[in-house]
Amino acid sequence: MNKSNDSLAGIYIHIPFCKQACHYCDFHFSTNSQLRDQLIKMISGELVLQRGYLGDQIVETIYFGGGTPSLLSPHQISGLLSTVYDNFTICDQPEITLEANPDDLNTEYLENLRATGINRLSIGIQSFQQEVLQWMNRAHTQEEACNSFHRARSSGFDNINIDLIYGIPLEQYQQQDDLKQALELAPEHISAYNLTIEPGTLFGHQLKKGSLVEIDEETAAAQFLYTMETLDSAGYQHYEISNYCRPGKQSGHNLGYWNGSYYLGVGPSAHSFNGMSRQSNISNNAAYIRSLEKEQIPSEVELLSARQRLNEKILLGLRREIGIALELCVDTLAINLNASRGNYLSRLVSQELAIIEKNRLILTDKGKLLADSIAEDLFLDI
Amino acid sequence: MAIFAISLSMDHIRNFCIIAHIDHGKSTLADRLLESTNTVTDREMQEQLLDNMDLERERGITIKSHAVQMDFQHEGTRYVLNLIDTPGHVDFSYEVSRSIAACEGALLVVDASQGIEAQTISNLYLALEHDLEIIPVLNKIDLPGAAPEEVTDQIVDLIGCDPDEVIHASAKEGLGIDEILEAIVTKIPPPSGDPEAPLQAMIFDSVFNSYRGIEVYFRVFNGTIKTGDEVQFINTGRTYEADEIGILRLKQEPRKEISTGNVGYLISGIKVAKEVKVGDTITHVDRPAKPLKGFEDVKPMVFAGIYPVETSEYEELRASMEKLQLNDASLVWEPETSAALGFGFRCGFLGMLHMEIVQERLEREFDMTVITTVPSVAFHAIGTDGSLTQVNAPSELPDPTYVSHIEEPFIRAQIITKSEYIGPIMALCMDKRGQIKNQVYLTSDRVELSFELPLSEVVFDFFDRLKTISRGYASLDYELIGYRQSNMVKLDIMLNGEKVDALSAIVHRDKAYEWGKRLCEKLRGLLPRQMFEIAIQAAIGTKVIARETVRALRKNVLAKCYGGDITRKRKLLEKQKKGKKRMRQVGNVEIPQEAFMAVLKLD
Repeated sequence: MNKSNDSLAGIYIHIPFCKQACHYCDFHFSTNSQLRDQLIKMISGELVLQRGYLGDQIVETIYFGGGTPSLLSPHQISGLLSTVYDNFTICDQPEITLEANPDDLNTEYLENLRATGINRLSIGIQSFQQEVLQWMNRAHTQEEACNSFHRARSSGFDNINIDLIYGIPLEQYQQQDDLKQALELAPEHISAYNLTIEPGTLFGHQLKKGSLVEIDEETAAAQFLYTMETLDSAGYQHYEISNYCRPGKQSGHNLGYWNGSYYLGVGPSAHSFNGMSRQSNISNNAAYIRSLEKEQIPSEVELLSARQRLNEKILLGLRREIGIALELCVDTLAINLNASRGNYLSRLVSQELAIIEKNRLILTDKGKLLADSIAEDLFLDI
Repeated sequence: MAIFAISLSMDHIRNFCIIAHIDHGKSTLADRLLESTNTVTDREMQEQLLDNMDLERERGITIKSHAVQMDFQHEGTRYVLNLIDTPGHVDFSYEVSRSIAACEGALLVVDASQGIEAQTISNLYLALEHDLEIIPVLNKIDLPGAAPEEVTDQIVDLIGCDPDEVIHASAKEGLGIDEILEAIVTKIPPPSGDPEAPLQAMIFDSVFNSYRGIEVYFRVFNGTIKTGDEVQFINTGRTYEADEIGILRLKQEPRKEISTGNVGYLISGIKVAKEVKVGDTITHVDRPAKPLKGFEDVKPMVFAGIYPVETSEYEELRASMEKLQLNDASLVWEPETSAALGFGFRCGFLGMLHMEIVQERLEREFDMTVITTVPSVAFHAIGTDGSLTQVNAPSELPDPTYVSHIEEPFIRAQIITKSEYIGPIMALCMDKRGQIKNQVYLTSDRVELSFELPLSEVVFDFFDRLKTISRGYASLDYELIGYRQSNMVKLDIMLNGEKVDALSAIVHRDKAYEWGKRLCEKLRGLLPRQMFEIAIQAAIGTKVIARETVRALRKNVLAKCYGGDITRKRKLLEKQKKGKKRMRQVGNVEIPQEAFMAVLKLD
């Protein structure tokens, strides 16, 4: 498995614009579209400046995330893609994903998107319930959600993800209904996230004031379990905490994050990783532009020690269906969990939080509910 | 005999101490006396000269007593005044008694706005027992709240003096200082004794000096001590050479000899404070005298475990404790091992304040962070065969089948308060298994209450509650009155069935249920939820008397973990893990240090 990952890389392009702010979202974006053209120029500039970042690695995935990348015109998307092709080595059939909002996906736009080379869509449906959509301040309706999906199919997209959010603290919220409607669309991939209230969002503010109360832990656990069971019965493979797919339809790009592949992220707030360090761009559109105008990349670099990288292996591996190897190694640092944490592993197994299979520690559904606690327990001291 | 020219006549020596309640102005008054007698210049003047340690200054009390000598000219004659300072807290009452025994007179200083407090009265009685001449001083008469007539009445009642004898003073403003100095010379009798008799000098204090070893402070009752003398401390039996003797001014001033009636210091290379026992008698090896009366070997009253927060700092803690013991002879300790807390020390203290002081000094002077376990008193377990076992910690309690009964130390407590707080204070003392023995109105609204109480109840959250319910208007003094049979039981705390030894306590059976219930509730709030349920149980023997449950953690997983989330999440988990390293583990349950401290604050 490692041999292929070592030489394959991904490129992430962050499009930091939205029509309106969703009440839960703490991703970096701006609703001010004035800077859009200029910013795209700068992102192109950054791609050129960073052309050496991935070394001689072959780029297998390209991902437009945001923000709302579907606010870009097909012309702007092709422009960015040709910059990528001009400056990096791209494999024959790269996975090229675009995150899209349902309200942007009219037939003409979808057909033009196909022409740019985008071959995977990730549609931010979140919910099929009108009250929930309104509560979250999403720009689309339940009808648009379904229609956009059908139009995407008709336009030839055969690899579509839909995003869902559960754990909604509204009385009317019906989790079963959302999952049922999602399955009726038969997407190749479903990302189902538990609503996370982040500080700095409207919900975060309401939570602090007490006007919003999160669902209790027991309900959140039940909804997560229900999601896992429902999607499993429908034939989806639960390959990461919040990600489910038809066999073979994993998000190649996201898998790269989780298995330690190199990635270059461009645009404000984007992160990059080259095996030894992770760096993050400034989360401010204007400051990003000012810096790129001087051909400087406004980023902070964090050098990762072997211990830190090993901890990341644990953190990310436990979230996946393949789990983590009992013998872990990074550079010259090697640990054998059986030897060092044998008792703890037995406890996980006896409490049915994990299984050990082919020398790998794999979390059960019950264990996945506690993935962070288990990762923390297995971490090496820093 | 030229030496007589500079030698001091006993008739011109006055030895005195100051009896006062905390904050009634003892230290300020001492400062003024030193200034007026030119013993100290302004430049040398610190706020409160006699209180050397920071801790003492902050608490406004003198923990270790000191002595200072002043010169005073009166009607053409030079007098030497030795002020012997006294510690101001109940825990140190034996040391107070020795300081008082070294004097012929005492200034009774009472705050004109506060009136007489319990501590003052008990020390006053000690002074009267030793036939000290009492000079009453009404301090802080300049304050707006002063009630000189009323407080004068209290003083007259207590010592039976003439109201005109009460000196009105304000140490802060320098009022009445000359009058006080004159009274010291004219009213306090000079010391008596025979300079030619065999040497009898009483040790009333000692101080650790890191360069010179232990400095011993003494008062000569008979005979004369000279530099180079071979001396013996009678009660310890140890002998030393008097390398240096001298008098205590602001600094030490070496002298060739110190004679009957005078106060001085002795340095003889003693390294360990334990060798110097307050109340011991110094005599000559070649011409020994009998010991002076009143010596007691002070025994610790309160015991608690002290553990390093970081288990790796055990050796460092040991080194700190050893240094601390150099100048605190009353602190005793021995190594102790706890299943929950690892390696630490079982410490004996004179009382609760002493325990607090030790803890604070460890933290401030040695930068140690420690966990202190539930304080315990010294119980006596009387065996079925009649044998007596002293029990300083719950773990030392013998198997109940071999115990006939348990005895616990009782105290007599004097509480002086305003009459409006009688009700709540009575209720508190009853709650603490106390019995009221006496109630005396000192004035129309000040009352002295006497209780008999088990010491174990007083060491535990008594002072704080007393202070709270009386809004600070209650003072307390106590003395040990002996052991009495009590129905005590060992209460254990179990987490998922495993005993946490550091949380065990010996409590009265009638209070065990309440104690167990409150402790379980408190722990429920302090134990972090873990991946399994935690049963918190309080038990006497095998009988569970209270139970609480910490529910298992059900869900702890981040929904999104993509490119930029990884660093943030890893750092968060690493930080949490680091925090947990300070926790202690019993069985599979992680216990934060606050949980061990929780027992100390059960309200």
